[in-house]
Amino acid sequence: METLEQLRDRLLARFPGAEVSVVTNPGPAAQHSLLLGPAHARAIALFLRDDPALKLDQCSNVTGVDWPDKQITDTVRTPVLDAAGATVRILEEKTTRLRPGYLEIVYHLYSIALRHGPVILRLRTTNRTDQVTAPSLTPVWRACEFQEREVFDLFGVVFDGHPDLRRILMWPEFKDHPMRKDYVEPDDYEWEPTPHGTVLEKAKGHYPPPAAGPAAKTEELKN
Amino acid sequence: MQSSLKSNFSPSALQPFSPSIAGSHVRAVHDEFHGDLLEVSMGPHHPSTHGVFRMIVTLDGETIVKLKPVFGYLHRNHEKIGENTTYLASMPYTDRLDYLCSMTNNWAYALAVEKLAGQPVPERAEYVRVILAEITRLLNHTCLAGFLMQDCGCSGTPLMYAFREREYILDLFEALSGSRMMCNYQRFGGCRVDPSSDWLAGAKKLTDRYGAFLDEFEALLTGNEIIMARTQGVGRLSPELAVSAGVTGPMLRATGVNHDLRKVDAYGVYSRFDFRVPLGDHGDVYDRYMIRVLEMRESIRILQQALAGLPAGPIIDPGAKLRGFRPKPGEAYGRIEGPKGEIGFYLISDGTPNPLRYRVRAPSFVNLTVLEDMCLGHTVADAVIILGSVDIVLGEVDR
Repeated sequence: METLEQLRDRLLARFPGAEVSVVTNPGPAAQHSLLLGPAHARAIALFLRDDPALKLDQCSNVTGVDWPDKQITDTVRTPVLDAAGATVRILEEKTTRLRPGYLEIVYHLYSIALRHGPVILRLRTTNRTDQVTAPSLTPVWRACEFQEREVFDLFGVVFDGHPDLRRILMWPEFKDHPMRKDYVEPDDYEWEPTPHGTVLEKAKGHYPPPAAGPAAKTEELKN
Repeated sequence: MQSSLKSNFSPSALQPFSPSIAGSHVRAVHDEFHGDLLEVSMGPHHPSTHGVFRMIVTLDGETIVKLKPVFGYLHRNHEKIGENTTYLASMPYTDRLDYLCSMTNNWAYALAVEKLAGQPVPERAEYVRVILAEITRLLNHTCLAGFLMQDCGCSGTPLMYAFREREYILDLFEALSGSRMMCNYQRFGGCRVDPSSDWLAGAKKLTDRYGAFLDEFEALLTGNEIIMARTQGVGRLSPELAVSAGVTGPMLRATGVNHDLRKVDAYGVYSRFDFRVPLGDHGDVYDRYMIRVLEMRESIRILQQALAGLPAGPIIDPGAKLRGFRPKPGEAYGRIEGPKGEIGFYLISDGTPNPLRYRVRAPSFVNLTVLEDMCLGHTVADAVIILGSVDIVLGEVDR
């Protein structure tokens, strides 16, 4: 199979104006990936599936990754020289910048017909709060159907063009997205509003007020 | 008197009910039969759903016209727990995914972490892993065949035969790892303990007598007329849909697609063994049963070769680091051919002791994508055996 850089160049030639870049993986696995812009993602996916040299007919794994906002510190080191040109000391200048967070969707593609892979695709949302839409690849590979629903459920990515985008593992009334890094568990998972809440509220008026506990006693002492 | 009253009464002669009378609280009663669609909730607490799985089935008469699976009753956010703990501490937790096949879950996770960290594995450990994975395949396929027959209505007998064999295998697992089902046996860079010569003799004995059990089991079931009538042509799956939907494992091979990761990826030392990949023709429930039986026969062949060729040496790489294990930043996706299909782990490391992302690609979860496509047009009783032939374990589906 061609290298990822060759594939990127071929995609850029085939889809002018598309955003395609290679994301390198520094680890020993060296499974590098292609980062796609949302505009051409589905067309490129379709091309990867149908291209006779690639035939990536199996989408094995779909998952999300949450990248929260991150403070990045850049250090610039400037050597201070004396008249003879020797280094006296090194000035360190630190600047911090904020890398805005985003949600990432990762697709692992393989070819059953030609037995190669994986080609890894990545899509990114604009941010983590209000612009969390990404194009759905379910029309290209049916395998994405449940897995994209899971990413929607657990990460909160809204897939544009998904046929049945509902929660899949959490229950429908659940509000948050538990796989996000900043998710805080509720105190009581089991609580849910009951239709008799107002009745119970009214019923409180018919019971005697709560007995004078330690708090009431301290009030008396103060007076 | 009464009979004359009855004969005088004619409903069509009465005025039709008018709901327009002000202040009327009477509702019109429709007593005629409409033949509407019926929505039935199968599960979550039903023995045929193999756990807490639910299907919302829409029926026209007894024919299924729509089927929507409902997941999540066993969801405990395995992935979040994996991200909040160290790499090694997730190893026992992978046992709980597919609790029939803890050895292959361990291996898939160990393989992904070894890819992430560039960790080599000694040859003896690779052989032991193959032996355990193939014994796990025997265990899983035997149980599945028993459960499938139970779903077909062969009440008890095949399942008890299967569970008798399962006990022998679980005894082996217990002797090696100390636990029957939650083995927690693999480590990054090898295995936890070295199998003794007694244990290897036990595994050899099991391998030698398993063929006789399969003969007995098949004599009971494979040519059985009722089972053929019940399963042939039911739940057909086309190879194109199976590939597009990411179906893997025996379900994919039953449709005739030659895709077995033991051959394709040749991970571990699988390239050294001589075995064949059984393929089906029709992709129906009967083919899925047959593929599993044939795979068991091939597993016996692999086991014989692996037990005969087991080399001496260390069981775990001497450089393997268990405490303070921090892989370099990077990511890796490792997959193996589990008994249910492709089980994969996707890990992202940021150089800390915990993974930044820990993802489980569960085969039976993805295989359920096509459940509706297979069940449409069949009856409710067929949906039960189609679900049985998918081979799901809810610990893995819901994670």
